[in-house]
Amino acid sequence: MCVSIVGAGMIPVREHWSSSLAELAVEAGELALRDAALSQVDAIYIGNAYGAAFSRQTQLGSLVAAQLGMPGAEAFTCEAGDASGGVALRAAYLAVASGAVRSALALGVEKATDIVGSARLAARNVSLDADFETVNGATLTAMAGLLMRRYMHEYGLDLSHFEGFSVNAHRNGARNSCAMYRNPLRAGAYMRAPMIADPVNLFDGAPDGDGAAAVIVAGSEAAADRWFNPVRIRGSAVSTDSLSLQDRVDPLSLSAVNLSTEKCLAQADLSRENLSALELHDAYTIVTALSLEAMGYSQRGRGWEWSRDGGARIANAGELPLSTFGGLKSRGNAGGASGLYQAVEAYRQLMGRAGDNQITGARHALIQSIGGLGATVATHVLSRTVE
Amino acid sequence: MNDSRIASPAATKDASQQRAFLRGSVYSYARVLDPPAGFEESAPYYLALIRLDDGQLVTAQLTDVERTVAIGDSVEMVTRKLTTDGQRGVIVYGYKFRPVIK
Repeated sequence: MCVSIVGAGMIPVREHWSSSLAELAVEAGELALRDAALSQVDAIYIGNAYGAAFSRQTQLGSLVAAQLGMPGAEAFTCEAGDASGGVALRAAYLAVASGAVRSALALGVEKATDIVGSARLAARNVSLDADFETVNGATLTAMAGLLMRRYMHEYGLDLSHFEGFSVNAHRNGARNSCAMYRNPLRAGAYMRAPMIADPVNLFDGAPDGDGAAAVIVAGSEAAADRWFNPVRIRGSAVSTDSLSLQDRVDPLSLSAVNLSTEKCLAQADLSRENLSALELHDAYTIVTALSLEAMGYSQRGRGWEWSRDGGARIANAGELPLSTFGGLKSRGNAGGASGLYQAVEAYRQLMGRAGDNQITGARHALIQSIGGLGATVATHVLSRTVE
Repeated sequence: MNDSRIASPAATKDASQQRAFLRGSVYSYARVLDPPAGFEESAPYYLALIRLDDGQLVTAQLTDVERTVAIGDSVEMVTRKLTTDGQRGVIVYGYKFRPVIK
């Protein structure tokens, strides 16, 4: 069965100190339901990575279903680190495609800012390899630094070659009212930013934020009868790679990005050239560069070239719009919600409802959510159904 | 268990290898200035991926670094304190790598 998105909602990524984890989820869930003019769905799939570690809360399905006015509904958490939102969308897609449920809410939520500093970093480390990475003092940022340093070494690059990815993200995020950091990056600011895990600096990595985003998924036939211009989920794929970098034959090759992109495009019967916009997992600029290589947009060692000239080619008016609402870098990385922010943003692009972030002629958009450094990769292609 | 994973030098059955330091070279490194809880005392520290002489990659901190680190530097495995499980908790020992003294 073909599957469509018929409603979407998101709240700003912020430090939401006055709202609980459940309140954030309910707010986004209600926005999506209202957008689809629905009061109920058959099932709720929650993308959340760190509920246990950040909020001491599991069983979010039960917690949220009742507060959304759907007691008794099928509802549970889908977890794959920072790809949790992407795999929750995958679960909703599979459930509807199989015919097991008629409609589903894919809802990502994270409350990251209740704990701060080194405690948050330690909590976030649950998504690394406990025995071989975390025990040795690793963080996700440090692991990204390892990839970035090696990449710079192999291809003779320095930090300045990655600046355009962050500049582009902030240029777009500045126009997005849901973005956490709406400041454009002034010339030189990226290069002067303090180091977190040298070579990764503060303006290279995406900031953690609290947030929630949701889409409503339904069968395309029913959707065509009931909703105007629904957006098709034309491809959906999840692939995995070794959890730890040390177990990969070639750490600079994100094989799960390659696999899930290929599977997703094959299902969608599309090629890269058909895609109007990309929402990639730009948690670190090195991940964006390596993703563009693994997807086939660049040869090995040349993914960074997309960041040239302040990211002119990846701007919303460029040849390959990337992070059209600011990406994780400027909109903020709300952990398990990030994959669903991508879905809401792509949905709005395809519906022509992206406001100041609207790109022209959006027909197919690819969204990609990554857990760890390419350990779990969820990729979806969303398509406009009518001209 | 995945054979490609390294446990510790002591896990090898070859007695002759037990006495030798495990050696390799720095594949990559990052200088951690923003450490997770439990590692504040050591910061800033170098986290590295070491390519062992048998080809396996290992994630570990570098220790006894006197000047700078560079990709390709020769290093050897040593036992060091990693962290302490709270003020009165157990001390967690593990492996780090130090530059090979020529």
